[in-house]
Amino acid sequence: MRSSIIALGTLLTATMAAAQTPVLTVLTYESFISEWGPGPAVEKAFEAECACDLQFVGAGDGAAVLARVRLEGEASDTDVVLGLDTNLTAAAAATGLFAPHGLVAANDLPVAFDDPLFLPFDWGWFAFVYDKTKLATPPASLEALAASDVTIVIQDPRSSTPGLGLLMWVKAAYGDRSGVIWAGLSDNVVTVTPGWSEAYGLFLEGEADMVLSYTTSPAYHLIAEGDDTKAAAAFSEGHYLQVEVAGKLASTDQPELADRFLAFMGSEAFQSVIPTTNWMYPAVTPAAGLPDGFATLIKPEASLLLPAAEAEALRAPSVTEWRAALAR
Amino acid sequence: MARSAGAISRAGAAVGAALGLLTLGTLGVVLARGGTASLGPADWAAVRFTVMQAAVSAVLSVGLAVPVARALARRQFPGRRLLISLMGAPFLLPVIVAILGLLAVFGRAGVLNDGLAALGLPPVSIYGLHGVVLAHVFFNLPLAVRMILSGWQGIPAERFRLAAALGFGPADIFRHLERPMLRAVLPGALVAVFLICLTSFAVALTLGGGPRATTVELAIYQALRFEFDLGRAAALAAVQFALCAVVVLVAGQIALPAGFGPGLDRRVERWDASSRGLRALDAGVIALVAAFLLVPLALVVLRGLPGLGALPDGLWAAATQSVIVALISTALCLAATLVLALAIVQGRGAGLLEAAAMLPLAASSLVLGTGLFLIVHPLLSPARLALPVTALVNAALALPFALRLILPSLRSIEAAHGRLADALGLVGMARLRWLVLPRLRPVLGFAAGVVAALSMGDLGVIALFAGEGGTTLPLLIQRLMGAYRMEAAASAALVLVGLSFGLFWLFDRGGRDAAA
Repeated sequence: MRSSIIALGTLLTATMAAAQTPVLTVLTYESFISEWGPGPAVEKAFEAECACDLQFVGAGDGAAVLARVRLEGEASDTDVVLGLDTNLTAAAAATGLFAPHGLVAANDLPVAFDDPLFLPFDWGWFAFVYDKTKLATPPASLEALAASDVTIVIQDPRSSTPGLGLLMWVKAAYGDRSGVIWAGLSDNVVTVTPGWSEAYGLFLEGEADMVLSYTTSPAYHLIAEGDDTKAAAAFSEGHYLQVEVAGKLASTDQPELADRFLAFMGSEAFQSVIPTTNWMYPAVTPAAGLPDGFATLIKPEASLLLPAAEAEALRAPSVTEWRAALAR
Repeated sequence: MARSAGAISRAGAAVGAALGLLTLGTLGVVLARGGTASLGPADWAAVRFTVMQAAVSAVLSVGLAVPVARALARRQFPGRRLLISLMGAPFLLPVIVAILGLLAVFGRAGVLNDGLAALGLPPVSIYGLHGVVLAHVFFNLPLAVRMILSGWQGIPAERFRLAAALGFGPADIFRHLERPMLRAVLPGALVAVFLICLTSFAVALTLGGGPRATTVELAIYQALRFEFDLGRAAALAAVQFALCAVVVLVAGQIALPAGFGPGLDRRVERWDASSRGLRALDAGVIALVAAFLLVPLALVVLRGLPGLGALPDGLWAAATQSVIVALISTALCLAATLVLALAIVQGRGAGLLEAAAMLPLAASSLVLGTGLFLIVHPLLSPARLALPVTALVNAALALPFALRLILPSLRSIEAAHGRLADALGLVGMARLRWLVLPRLRPVLGFAAGVVAALSMGDLGVIALFAGEGGTTLPLLIQRLMGAYRMEAAASAALVLVGLSFGLFWLFDRGGRDAAA
């Protein structure tokens, strides 16, 4: 009896101590919180200044994050959602679960980006990556790629955010002619994978000449592996942007802490870890500039990005068009 | 007797009900949240493709397994046991690792096309329906071989002795001994492989070459992830269950018990198969299948070797979690399977229980995970339950395999010794201890090995539940690949294969030592 009273007392003290340290729960995609992602450094830096406990919860990719938000609904324990891209924000806004961030934050995105619910934390251009030692002259446009016999591996737009990004790229560049481009691309496609990592793995194994990835992918090989054989092909139509954003949920029980985290996202401490952990461009270029190696990357002349509402409206018809073209 | 029989039926019914809740119950939860939905033409195209590829994969896997099992059943050679053990490995590989292994042989830059190019021949492409079927045969041929091989080993040695005394040739042996055995064993094997291929997702998509190869599971993924159309996901999962039910019913009509009666557990001598032609045939079959299964496996090992020196930090923690989950799953699964099998052999409600045991095979793990999430989330933080839920779901998903392995042996034990045991009044725990378990031990060991290895490799539902902690090895591999670290992922996969196979080998060996 006495021991259970002591145990109860200990439990109460522990609970009270825990209650004094507020917990901020951030829902994000898996690769953000892995030990090679930005998660660990971000957690350390934010906890050093917030007197709080930052906890990450991981869920697959951006689409899985949104599905998780919808599954949890109003009863969510999540305070901040990090890692949606602009192809998902319209659907995310339509859930009514997000609250305005109320921040005015400058960013260095190549296009104007201003959204009352979502703040960008990084961005990248989609691109086809190839091996310079195996493909001497890569195609210089989507149309040239479609006309060539260069093989590509892409991701399924029904299960992967880069796959969906390519649909939007073709749509943004060619509008009503997108079906023709897809018909031309269909014989270049070796296979379609469920997600980015399978596609990139197949490319590295030599299964295709090019893979749909980002202009920043060669920076990983250069900086982390000292391998300069990979490059991204510059396409004359311009490159579609993936802008990754975060927002706070209206149901959060830590609104002030959530606001602080969203503001912290634009800080040097957060932004400077992005290039060599997430292998994307930081939304705000750090004072010290980008790491060596990023200077060698291609800089597309034009950046394409459909407004979120338009991207959402185009998704279903584009997938149908894509299916029809590739099923032939 | 009556009292313990009642206890066994009640326990069996409880296991059956739990399986029903876990599969159909979670489907119901998703349906309740999503509302009803109708399926479009694209969904029905996915259903047609799914059934077609699963049927072709099942017929080919089982068809090819028959000569392999026959060769293994009637030949003794050094390394036979090791070969049979190793043959189980493809079934235990994480899907993407196995795909990369197959591509190292059959891919555009694979060994096969290098060889063809050296001979001046045009390359072959693995991408398409044939690639999907090839991968499914690679995964499921070993399972089919094991199921059919145990059928062959179930023919008592006395029958072959009698056949030899009567001067039976191979054709007579086939007609009187092997054909009835196959009639009993093949439908079960076909159903098992068909159902595994029915819920295929990554294999079909990656090797299928594009949207032609859309399976129901991918349509479910799309509905859950991008459209958040829970109703449509539930409708698709219900179609999967309906397909499963039809196939199980049809197979039940075709399968006939072989009825060889009891034997004296003597060593089998095959006087009929000693001709030089048959020896050469069997040797050829075994060599071919060993090459088909082991070369991709060897390449998986080779890909993983370079990174073994620099394994990622979290690897051993994740490996430990995986092993613990696998051991808990195995204990849960074997206990449930044994109870279920005993209840089925007793006969009351056997049909219903057998059907319940097949449910996990037809379940979509995405819908199951989503349903569990919807149940758990209002009560507890899902991340806290990641490992217990994974252990439970892995146990349920592996149960159909364990039951297919254990049930035939239990039936023949009861057929051979049940009456004597009844006459001796050997019931309850005493019967289990003195009659059933000693004879069941080899197959229990093998089943435990399969379940443990499956639990190690399967991602199952952990992706939905995992938080910062609770990482398992398959999840770690996925994270490594997502962070460009393909070489480290290959090494982690090698560790996973090694651990899975080690667990499998330990259990299988533990079972067989008693039998020797």
